[in-house]
Amino acid sequence: MKKSSVTHKTGFWEVVKSLLSGLRLTWRHFRNADKRRAPVPVMDENYFKQPEGLVTLTYPYEAIPVPENGRYRLHNEIDDCIVCDLCAKICPVNCITIESVKATEEIGMTSDGTKKRLYAPVFDIDMAKCCYCGLCTTVCPTDCLTMTPVYDFAEVDIKNMIYHFTDLTPEQAEEKKQLLAKQQEEMAAAKAAALAARKQQ
Amino acid sequence: MLAFLLTLMLLLGIVIVLAYAERKVAAFMQDRMGPTEAGPYGSLQSVLDVLKLLQKEDIVPAAADKKLFKLAPILIFAAVFAGFAVIPFTPDLIPAGIGIGVFYLLAIISLDVVGLLMAGWGSNNKYAMLGAMRSVAQIVSYEIPAGLAILSVVMICQSLDFQEISYQQGVLLNRFPGLEFEKNWLFGIEALGINTTNIGGITTWNIFRAPLLLVAFVIYFIASLAESNRAPFDIPEAESELVAGFHVEYSGFRFAILFLAEYSMMVLVSLVAVILFLGSWNTPLPNLTTLKLANWTTGTVGELSGILWGGFWLLSKTFVLLFLQLQIRWTYPRLRVDQLMYLCWKVLTPVALVIVLLAGIWRLLMV
Ligand code: SF4
Ligand code: SF4
Repeated sequence: MKKSSVTHKTGFWEVVKSLLSGLRLTWRHFRNADKRRAPVPVMDENYFKQPEGLVTLTYPYEAIPVPENGRYRLHNEIDDCIVCDLCAKICPVNCITIESVKATEEIGMTSDGTKKRLYAPVFDIDMAKCCYCGLCTTVCPTDCLTMTPVYDFAEVDIKNMIYHFTDLTPEQAEEKKQLLAKQQEEMAAAKAAALAARKQQ
Repeated sequence: MLAFLLTLMLLLGIVIVLAYAERKVAAFMQDRMGPTEAGPYGSLQSVLDVLKLLQKEDIVPAAADKKLFKLAPILIFAAVFAGFAVIPFTPDLIPAGIGIGVFYLLAIISLDVVGLLMAGWGSNNKYAMLGAMRSVAQIVSYEIPAGLAILSVVMICQSLDFQEISYQQGVLLNRFPGLEFEKNWLFGIEALGINTTNIGGITTWNIFRAPLLLVAFVIYFIASLAESNRAPFDIPEAESELVAGFHVEYSGFRFAILFLAEYSMMVLVSLVAVILFLGSWNTPLPNLTTLKLANWTTGTVGELSGILWGGFWLLSKTFVLLFLQLQIRWTYPRLRVDQLMYLCWKVLTPVALVIVLLAGIWRLLMV
């Protein structure tokens, strides 16, 4: 059986017919240019069903919503972070830098009831290195490190791609460090005194 | 001088609208949005493009033939613009009403080719050279079927004057000096006995006065696409292989001039098609017994109404053809060089020759 769709059509009228059908096609698209794509997210079942009309959006003004489980810019809710360093350890590209300072007393509670004992004078994530694998968000014990739906955060200066999440100013951090050092000195002194006392007995 | 300035202004206006329309039409046919930022719906886009081009540095390549390179854009634009001198815009408005307008137009437009070759050679760039050679080969070849199609109109109308050809295609026929006692018959055949002199409208357009001119019109339209280097005959520009053809080395003001010349050429060939085949500045609406549609939409010659109606019909018909040119560009793929030459020499030229012969016979039936 000959398939009509693959037979090579020749002859004047066939050519004219195919030329006209080409013009009809572009004319149909031109006529439907008043219809627009609806900004439905990919989860919507009509996402791939757009029969006619313009498919592009005027991006910064309109955007297609992103799915909630997508991986985009990270955010750390520093109030809930217990500075356990798990995220920095698991990160395959080492883009999380954490410095921790032990607190002299208990600082407070995270929203899920874990006690906070460490300050984080440095909590930097280099988004330029991040590969958005999401491992850090899964290991985080307090769920404070999360993915946000923000994906458009290009910068002119690459230094701005490093996000600082710490809530301490350098002075505060210095102060905490000194407090810790003082406490440790006192503890060491107390320990030495106790040791000396025990020796004398 | 006044006519020069007015025509230049009109042309600039049309070209700016056309450049904007090109981008919007292309976008819509490809389901895109096109320009949206500059002005409402991006309508100021092409104005801003021109302003941007004027601010750019005018670069002349070190190895270029400087004199030719600098002169070429001016020559190209001058050749195209000179063609507008004989275009009748309304029944009594024509920059230069010379009796051999058609002949002059064909001759002056051919000068374009020299400019293209100068630009391609002067750039000292292989893409520019290839583009210019292709362009010249194409334009020279397609001038033959285009010229023959025009010749058949001239034979039917027995005139080389654009204004006389225009008058013949409407209710104002007898107002033209020398045509006072002429009559229009349906399909140009007196034997049918239907006098259309006072019916006018579409029945007296050249494609109706002699229906075989419809074929001539199609031939002319195809050839005119090739002459203005438009797709599907854009192998001289061929963005994907030749970068941009002969104007690849141009920038700034000179590029703007080349761009303007290209779009002016589109406008000019469409205007000529409208004047020769589609009734020029005449209304398409015929007079029906008591509904004098043709008279109402023609206005009075010599008064403002005549000028406005004439200009309106001429420009609106031209824009329909221009839209068709745009649509064709965004519909059909580019032809190969051999296909291009095949179409010209083996299809269009023989058919055009037959049309010329038949037009002569038709003219015998008309008198
Ligand atoms: S998403 Fe992956 S790469 Fe990015 S910071 Fe988290 S663990 Fe590192
Ligand atoms: S894993 Fe979570 S709690 Fe631990 S340091 Fe990273 S962000 Fe803070």
